[in-house]
Amino acid sequence: MDVLYAVFIAPFVDMATAPIFFAEVIIGGLIAGVMYSLVALGFVLIFKASGVFNFAQGVLALFAGLTLVGLMEFMGQTSTQQLPWYLIALAIIGTAAVMVALAFAIERIVLRPLVNQEQIILFMSTIGLALFLEGFGDVLWGSDVKALDIGIPDASFEWGGILLNQFDLVAAATAAVLVAVLAVFFQKTRVGRALRAVADDHQAALSVGIPLKSIWVIVWSVAGIVAMVAGIMWGAKSGVQFSLSLIALKALPVLILGGFTSVPGAIVGGLIIGVGEKIAEIYWGPLIGGAIENWFAYMLAMVFLLFRPQGLFGEKIIERV
Amino acid sequence: MSENAQALLNVNNIEVIYDHVILVLKGVSLEVPEGGIVALLGANGAGKTTTLKAVSNLLGAERGDVTKGSIEYAGERVDKLSPNDLVRRGVIQVMEGRHCFEHLTVEENLLTGAYTRTDGRSGIASSLELVYTYFPRLKERRNSQAGYVSGGEQQMTAIGRALMSKPRMMLLDEPSMGLAPQLVEEIFEIVKALNDKEKVSILLAEQNTNMALRYARYGYILENGRVVMDGDAKTLSENEDVKEFYLGLSSAGRKSYRDVKHYKRRKRWLA
Repeated sequence: MDVLYAVFIAPFVDMATAPIFFAEVIIGGLIAGVMYSLVALGFVLIFKASGVFNFAQGVLALFAGLTLVGLMEFMGQTSTQQLPWYLIALAIIGTAAVMVALAFAIERIVLRPLVNQEQIILFMSTIGLALFLEGFGDVLWGSDVKALDIGIPDASFEWGGILLNQFDLVAAATAAVLVAVLAVFFQKTRVGRALRAVADDHQAALSVGIPLKSIWVIVWSVAGIVAMVAGIMWGAKSGVQFSLSLIALKALPVLILGGFTSVPGAIVGGLIIGVGEKIAEIYWGPLIGGAIENWFAYMLAMVFLLFRPQGLFGEKIIERV
Repeated sequence: MSENAQALLNVNNIEVIYDHVILVLKGVSLEVPEGGIVALLGANGAGKTTTLKAVSNLLGAERGDVTKGSIEYAGERVDKLSPNDLVRRGVIQVMEGRHCFEHLTVEENLLTGAYTRTDGRSGIASSLELVYTYFPRLKERRNSQAGYVSGGEQQMTAIGRALMSKPRMMLLDEPSMGLAPQLVEEIFEIVKALNDKEKVSILLAEQNTNMALRYARYGYILENGRVVMDGDAKTLSENEDVKEFYLGLSSAGRKSYRDVKHYKRRKRWLA
């Protein structure tokens, strides 16, 4: 009886008796979720356009973070001296340019020779890419943990009794804008439609004159820039370091939940997982000694795999008989 | 047909090798005159699809390669161009098995066909209307996902999608595949109308010899990667051997299996 009470009743009583704390928990979850969404978004983009699970997405974020820090140091940033905003903007644009150049190189060196190969082979090649970029980033910028400060104050303030963080809000807003732009791009534009066409059927896309090469460059550039935004946000929060590339692992349950092919799915999936793991940790965690946060997402993903393998918003696998 | 100097498409003795080892076409030549409908006939594996893909250059993505001969379109060598270049020049292939973009709606499928167009929104919109006048059924299903419409509607989508690129020449690969006879008839009528009204020249690969010869003006018969016979559609459909091997007719009525040996021997053009 005590166990049942502790599992099914007590947590809800706690939520109801301390609503402001509950709101803080939810907001904290949403903000973590936005971060997950950002990483998952990069996966979805490449998966949609090429049907390939891009193992290197997390490393792209790390690489972008390292590049940005490197450029900012080059421009004179030190731990005491803050760069003026226009130089920071310039460094971000420079990083974006590097990511686009990287997309060109990946298409030329990795993807083009592998046209029409099995998807598993393309997947393997992204593992290779991940290993390469990890090492290349280290060689270029060094392997120590770097602080990334892009000038958004990390200050907290109170709003209606709820403690909020300015940086988190900026991150969430950036992610929201990015997602809206991408959704419109995919649904409404000529190139977006071509991207979806390529995802469905490479051969048919070729046959109507869609050039696969430029489509791949576009999609890897966009994924690179999304990775950059994720890298900046995560990097500014917890420093640019190798573990950044492991956030990719957290994106997996997000993708399973939201569906590999859905941009809105990546967003909602990220938010659900962010909020879910925070609530589980705080209200149910103490029952079994805590640390639920680390595996809650994977358990949720497993449940989804059992009952709804295409995810919440994923495209159904169409099979004609 | 070599006396016709005005051929729009001229395939000259091409050889195609897949994966550097598998010789599929062993010297195929054919011509398609401006405004013509030319049928490419033959059994499975004869090389019909490969010939079409050699022209549209989709071979590259399948590790196939034109190793000998040349392909000329409108007086220009095109065998080294990309599919994208060819679509821009007005040559488009409708692939066998329809190949619609399943998760896109029918209308989005049609719009992808206009990817290479540079004449702006209004031109594309009027092409879309044109496609809908040829295929009124597509207009009803415009917002359905292409993966869920019927096989006939998918074939219409595929042809309509090709039409959206404003082609001068369409390469149709087995438009009759897997469709009910009535639908096959409907599709062929539309193809004929496209040829008449939109002045699209057509190279048609078909196993349904009967249908193809009814609509084409000229035909080539492929066997084992070679052209073994060609002629006017009428001449071909009256030829005894074509009747027997491809149309399933013979002067002596139905054959029994006992005659199979004899039947083989009469296939006199076999190399």
